[in-house]
Amino acid sequence: MDWLYILMPIAGVKIFWPGLIILGIGVGVIGGFFGMGGAWMVTPGLNILGFPMAFAIGTDIAHMAGKSLISTMRHGKFGNVDYKLGCIMIIGTVAGFEIGAQMIMWLERIGIVGPVVRWMYLVLLALIAWMVFHDVAVKRRKEREAVAAGKEVDKLATGIEWHKTFHKIKIPPMVHLKVAGIYCSAWLPITVSFFTGWLAGILGIGGGLIRMPALIYLVGCPTHVAVGTDLFEVMISGLYGAASYTFKGRVELVAAIVMLVGAAMGAQVGSVATKYIKGYGIRIAFGLAVVGCLISVLLKLIPTYFPATYQVTDVMATVLILGLVAAMSVYITVKMVQGAKQEIAAKKGRV
Amino acid sequence: MKSVVQKVVLVLTTLWLSAPYAFAAGGGDVAPIVIVADSRKLTGVMAWWANLYNESHVYFTVLTVILIPVIGVLFGVLADIVMHFVGIDLKSRDLAEH
Repeated sequence: MDWLYILMPIAGVKIFWPGLIILGIGVGVIGGFFGMGGAWMVTPGLNILGFPMAFAIGTDIAHMAGKSLISTMRHGKFGNVDYKLGCIMIIGTVAGFEIGAQMIMWLERIGIVGPVVRWMYLVLLALIAWMVFHDVAVKRRKEREAVAAGKEVDKLATGIEWHKTFHKIKIPPMVHLKVAGIYCSAWLPITVSFFTGWLAGILGIGGGLIRMPALIYLVGCPTHVAVGTDLFEVMISGLYGAASYTFKGRVELVAAIVMLVGAAMGAQVGSVATKYIKGYGIRIAFGLAVVGCLISVLLKLIPTYFPATYQVTDVMATVLILGLVAAMSVYITVKMVQGAKQEIAAKKGRV
Repeated sequence: MKSVVQKVVLVLTTLWLSAPYAFAAGGGDVAPIVIVADSRKLTGVMAWWANLYNESHVYFTVLTVILIPVIGVLFGVLADIVMHFVGIDLKSRDLAEH
């Protein structure tokens, strides 16, 4: 069974390549569907396959760039990418990321980087999960009230409407973001992207996990446009990250390419699946993914206070993440196949 | 204008150099860099690739940055062709809701 293993030329480790393709397909489907790179899922997966941590992070970023590119192209054709918004947000993302990176080095110097990062991550994930499910609960309450009052349920209604308050801030220059259907101060997306970039820099993640809900709840993008625009951002930061990591010898391109074979196709499946699932369906699934991520971070935090539990919690966190990747990607693929079947049947019915 | 350009270059260079530390923060310690790849056990394309890395990190980086999007698009287009062949509409989305 030697042919199932490839010797990685830079890292010098032998890797089970079908595992890379399977991991690539899984995170490709999820990334294309939710609009994120999925570093929190890929890094432990690569680690299990035998990659040293430094290579796992770099290789993940490199494959993320290719995967996000193809997802952005697909979402772009569906009209889900607001390129103007994406370009404006790059300014804030880069500046915020730089400050976050500097803060990480400062925290490293004073020796508290690990606990600070993990606790921040935990609080943030809890906040995102609360936001998503609170939004869903508010929307359902509005629908119930509308039905009780005998009014028609507004299909475009949302639960949380914080963005409406932010849109009232009229600090020039004002921008009209046609695809997202937003007219607001340019400072709103710049501030939001600065904040999300700063958090991404501090937490050591690509940022999609934070940016996607921020685009929905703070900037006011429709869910599908938030997914597409976020992928555009992930693509830019992924390419930049790929170049940076490769230059420092932390990318195993062979592994990234093998993963990309699965991820590029998986990303198409995930992107096309957004055609068949309503915005709130995506939000709920995203909320569940965030809860899974939160539990895995919590499991990794336990050994800090109870060192004896390290082995158990580490295995549990890994099983949880990989189980989540499998369950989510199967769910999205099934939904995509069901939707495609209906679409094809409807087409045939029209002919 | 020249000083602004210098500042931008400085910020970008710092960001470039600090990215691995920031990205590694959530995942664990930063492992030592592989300065020279061991190409003795490798043959063909793999040996060439490892040698390119050993000779110039710059060329290696440039090639990586070119290859990643190209391969992504290649396999993405392949998936496109398959889905188009199946009969899925890949150009429009009917669902319009928040």
